[in-house]
Amino acid sequence: MEDDAMMIFPLAQTIAQPPDAAASTGLFYLFAILAGASALGVVLSRNIVRTAVFLLFTLAGVAGLYFLLDAEFLAAVQLVVYAGGTLVLIIFGVMLTSKSPGIRYEPKIVEVAVAIGVSVVVAAALVMAIVRQFPAEPASIERHPTIAELGQVLLGDYLIPFELISVLLLVVMIGAAYLAKARRRGGK
Amino acid sequence: MPVWMLMLAGAVSPFSMESWWFGALGISPALWMRVIYSLLLIAVVFLPLVSVIAMFSIWWERKVAGHMQSRLGPNRVGPIGILQSIADGLKLILKEDLVPRSADSWLFRLAPYLAFAPVFAAFLALPFGPEFTFEPRLSAGLFWVLAILSVEVMGVILAGWASNNKWSLFGAMREAGQMVSYEIPLGISILVGVMSAGTLNLVELGFIQGGGLHTWLVFQNPFTFLAFFCYFIASLASNKRAPFDLPESESELVAGFHTEYSGLRFSFFFFAEYAAMFIVGGIQAALFLGGWNDPFGLIGYYHQRFIADPSGIDHAGLMVLNVIAAAVFVLKALGIMFVQMWLRWTLPRPRIDQVLYVCIKVLLPMACVILLGAALWQLFVPRRPGLPWVDYSPWRFGDYGRDQALGALVTQVTLALVGVGMFAVLLGWVVYAAISGRNLKRRLTDPAPIPM
Amino acid sequence: MSGLLSQVGLHHYLILAAILFVCGLATMMLKRNAIGILMGVELILNAANVNLVAFNHYRHAAGAAGGIRLDGQVFAIFVIVLAAAEAAVALAIFLSFYNNFTTIDVERATQLKG
Repeated sequence: MEDDAMMIFPLAQTIAQPPDAAASTGLFYLFAILAGASALGVVLSRNIVRTAVFLLFTLAGVAGLYFLLDAEFLAAVQLVVYAGGTLVLIIFGVMLTSKSPGIRYEPKIVEVAVAIGVSVVVAAALVMAIVRQFPAEPASIERHPTIAELGQVLLGDYLIPFELISVLLLVVMIGAAYLAKARRRGGK
Repeated sequence: MPVWMLMLAGAVSPFSMESWWFGALGISPALWMRVIYSLLLIAVVFLPLVSVIAMFSIWWERKVAGHMQSRLGPNRVGPIGILQSIADGLKLILKEDLVPRSADSWLFRLAPYLAFAPVFAAFLALPFGPEFTFEPRLSAGLFWVLAILSVEVMGVILAGWASNNKWSLFGAMREAGQMVSYEIPLGISILVGVMSAGTLNLVELGFIQGGGLHTWLVFQNPFTFLAFFCYFIASLASNKRAPFDLPESESELVAGFHTEYSGLRFSFFFFAEYAAMFIVGGIQAALFLGGWNDPFGLIGYYHQRFIADPSGIDHAGLMVLNVIAAAVFVLKALGIMFVQMWLRWTLPRPRIDQVLYVCIKVLLPMACVILLGAALWQLFVPRRPGLPWVDYSPWRFGDYGRDQALGALVTQVTLALVGVGMFAVLLGWVVYAAISGRNLKRRLTDPAPIPM
Repeated sequence: MSGLLSQVGLHHYLILAAILFVCGLATMMLKRNAIGILMGVELILNAANVNLVAFNHYRHAAGAAGGIRLDGQVFAIFVIVLAAAEAAVALAIFLSFYNNFTTIDVERATQLKG
């Protein structure tokens, strides 16, 4: 199968070549800065719709990182489920629950102080732990996993969780529909 | 997805065209050369390609609309008005760029780019030819295009929200509801085709369908045939094309989500819509209608011949073949776009609840039944394997008998005949309309068009 | 820390995930809008996903027939599915809450009986 693919693409040997180290470093920083800066935007932005837009950029940055980590299916899932589905749902919720785009809920000063304190402590602890625990090491993957392998794992080793999660989705669908219906009944 | 991602993706992963150029020069490219090469490719090929496709289809739509309503359509700028879009573009660039005072100006400015950039990035994986694909290695290419197109809806929703105008907001909410619900039947009908092909890579999809009309996935089994139409309906809705153009229905919502937009920002939405039409048509062509292949399988046949000997690849022949393949692919996508336009100027617009009813209660169960049927067909009807492609000639019908795939062959040929018949009727209809419309046209251009 | 600017390794991804996690935590603490809190949860889940996929890339076990174990990616897919389900239920609850209190400020949710 692999050899046949080689025959089809005339210059498949360059296609199989791993990405350039310098380029992937650059791309990592690009996506990481995009994701990290927009995550900060999520924290700091006061307008809820802008928060959602920052979240969109974070999700896009993380999707880019998935590409770098050879998880392109996951990147597409991230875009289609999060950016195209969940986030649209969230913005829909924002539209239904706020009367004007400028509505704000300001946090109290104490809350801000506590949040900053806890965040700094947790961040420092995590970063120190990571730097101590995981010294620089190169990737151990020689070849890219394909989407077919992912499918085999999903429907092989993880078949039961896979089926369970589909049942869970059904339950969630019914539950959400019930809640929405109960809302209408309460409104009358 | 922003535009720079597209550029950088090209920089990291050389696509086969790139290795061609550098192979011809006899050097192995350094990183900066590849970056410059990718940037050049974006600037010289992709941006103009997207713009030309969008501008051409805008002109074309107006022309089609005109002829369907016994008008002439644009006919002043250039021969048969073909430069009309350029004139319009100039006008839009020169117009004042308004931001309403009560709008959320940051989001208002951002939204057009959010709508346009994903559509542009989706061109990344479209297979224009066996080697004319920007990134052929995306093993989930089809899914990637769908995913990136689903981000476009964010731009529309934000535009509606940021305008702070009730018409825009209604348009945006309709768009959100419509898009999220129609993505499900769209995805399921794509799954039917993918199941039959066994790959998500758009280039591989092209190779699988390389053997003539009866190997196209739409004719693979009765269920892919149905899924083809299911996909088309769902793609109309997810592209907010008529009859599902509720987000911008003029009679109720002024202009829907882009009511407050003017000038260049408005044109971004316009471009995004037409480029998305092309992409949706392109996916349909690549998945169901054989991608870049002609109905007789000549392109697939010659491609195999040219690359049969790895040491002596016929580069010039391959190049010509790729150009022809790209032309075939674009023609197919444009043909699907024509049907979209035809429907737009023919059908009335339903109410929004009817649109959602069609999706949830009609299209979705239908798609599920098709999916189930396709799975069972896959299980019980043996067929000639499309892979590996080497030494694979679908016109050697004897091979089907050897693989006990005669049932599949009969189905494919029957469906292909049905499809050709339908296409012929359609084509005859269009030709008849064009011929019979000529008299009308001549009369309208007369100084006194209607005799008293 | 000197290794940080060289070749990208596992710890780069882990630090990014830590940043995302802390941002999500801060969002949950700072926002009083219930939907804002939901976004914080999404950020935290994304941080977890980055970790899972990065570990899968850098420290995977060899699978059968020369393949690669993809457990990390599978977990990440499950997390994404659960996040979508969670968002749907949470939004339904918020809408119901909004209907009763005409606000989604979580500090107003002080009654046990609507």
